[in-house]
Amino acid sequence: MASSHGTPPAFNNKVIAWIDHRLPIFSYIEKEYHTFPTPRNFNYFWNFGAIATVMLVLMIATGVVLATNYTPHTSMAFDSVERIMRDVPSGWLMRYLHMNGASFFFIAVYVHIFRGMYYGSYKAPRELLWILGVIIFLLMMATAFMGYVLPWGQMSFWGATVITNLFSAIPVVGDSIVTWLWGGFAVENPTLNRFYALHYLLPFVIVAVVALHVVALHVHGSNNPLGIDPKGPQDTVPFHPYYTMKDGFGVVVFLIVYAAFVFFSPNMLGDAANYIEANPLVTPTHIVPEWYFLPYYAILRAIPDKLGGVLAMFGAIAVLFVLPWLDTSRVRSCSFRPIYKWFMFVLVIDVVVLGVCGANPPEGWYVPIAQLATVYYFFHFLILLPVLGKIERPRPLPPSIADAVLKKAG
Amino acid sequence: MAASSIPAGGHGDPTRRDFLMVATGALGAVGVAAVAWPFINNLNPAADTLALSSVEVNVQPIAVGQAVTVKWRGKPLFIRHRTPEEIKEAEAVPLSQLRDPQTDNSRVTDTAKKVRPEWLVQIGVCTHLGCVPLGNKPGDPKGPFGGWFCPCHGSAYDTSGRIRQGPAPKNLEIPPYLFTSDTLVRVG
Repeated sequence: MASSHGTPPAFNNKVIAWIDHRLPIFSYIEKEYHTFPTPRNFNYFWNFGAIATVMLVLMIATGVVLATNYTPHTSMAFDSVERIMRDVPSGWLMRYLHMNGASFFFIAVYVHIFRGMYYGSYKAPRELLWILGVIIFLLMMATAFMGYVLPWGQMSFWGATVITNLFSAIPVVGDSIVTWLWGGFAVENPTLNRFYALHYLLPFVIVAVVALHVVALHVHGSNNPLGIDPKGPQDTVPFHPYYTMKDGFGVVVFLIVYAAFVFFSPNMLGDAANYIEANPLVTPTHIVPEWYFLPYYAILRAIPDKLGGVLAMFGAIAVLFVLPWLDTSRVRSCSFRPIYKWFMFVLVIDVVVLGVCGANPPEGWYVPIAQLATVYYFFHFLILLPVLGKIERPRPLPPSIADAVLKKAG
Repeated sequence: MAASSIPAGGHGDPTRRDFLMVATGALGAVGVAAVAWPFINNLNPAADTLALSSVEVNVQPIAVGQAVTVKWRGKPLFIRHRTPEEIKEAEAVPLSQLRDPQTDNSRVTDTAKKVRPEWLVQIGVCTHLGCVPLGNKPGDPKGPFGGWFCPCHGSAYDTSGRIRQGPAPKNLEIPPYLFTSDTLVRVG
């Protein structure tokens, strides 16, 4: 890989050479996806960026096909989705791929975020790379929420009502914002229309931010499980064929699990109430968002004040933007942080607990547990991270990636 | 070029060129704002949506103790024919006990300033996050204060529709309404 740096590759094919001389796409692919020096010690956590990309492409492909049969009108949306399920050839498959694809996209992204946090991938010089990732995450949440409204079931309607009403908590301008979101006095046909337009637009915005994410990644290259920078050719391997193969393998395994859900349990991750058409006069007894929003929903309900709950919910994401500066430790990887390593797992448990609280009605023990878990969530980011970085004594870092890998192998 | 006639550097007296730069920039900003406005305004409710904004209800068939739900502006409208006990209960609550202090009287006054304590007309949308509270149908739980109970996040309203317990910050909203006769009410 070292040889190809600086000199553009020579292409034997005359057509490719002709194109590349005018638009260097082949040189670009060669440099960034073939010879690109990549740390030799990736584990399977490093598959999830590629997996998330595959899911994004899959969501856009199935989404475009679904859009050709969907009708964005309150009186026809529900029926048009049922028509896709029953009458349109392969419509059921497209819809189940899209529906479960959202869940599996979030699974991939949550693992990807955990990877970044556990191995300190957000630390210098990759702060902007991380921030672009948080922006992608926010765009995904907005897209997923608006997509869930489109089938116009009971959960679609009431989820949209509850989430758009969140903005009314903002002082002074809140009510105007809600009216702009609605285009009327409640969630109605204008709301469905604008959500449909945005649901179609935002995935392409995500593609653009993913492109920036990848550009930022290729400036300093990937982090790795040791969290130390490659020091020379002995620490890296070319991206192709080593990681194209490893990513390909991970993608196939992931898609097998995904296909198992699509074909054998397509409604397990959804809510049965969304197969009832939206009724603006009857609220379902128990409104729950999709599983991937449950921890944030629990934080929203944990605060017994409307504005406070909304601020805490958005704060739970906002805190991720400043994560690179909250973590004061100079060691990236949790493998060398004997104390923080365990707190990372506690944070995962905390988020799962929040998710369980979010799935249940806000009664009895779920209320204090959700409150405690919310406090812990913010404690982790705002107090534990800055303080622990100062007092924790990390284990000694290996002199190089090659050194650590070869010692382990030998 | 006559570069030598332009004072070097940015310091010193502002030049004609600086003035033109600032003026052009400012005019450009005004232009962007002027073009942005129709895009934002486009998100506001359309004329046909606004046209559906008033509804007339005949309240004669509603017996004492009964309530009906009517759709108004896409939202449920609760019209309750209150019993004398419910009225008494609502009037007896001291304002100091209320999160959003409002007298019962002020909540049963129409736009012509006429008070009809037996008729409570309100928007059936929880002021927390917009669910429809239970309590308007016979058999619905009415909550610990005998009015309405929101199943989403547990807000409880009293017989005057005032918030008494739970996360909602405000009383159920009273829309502008007018009794055009003793049995006919126009909302909106």
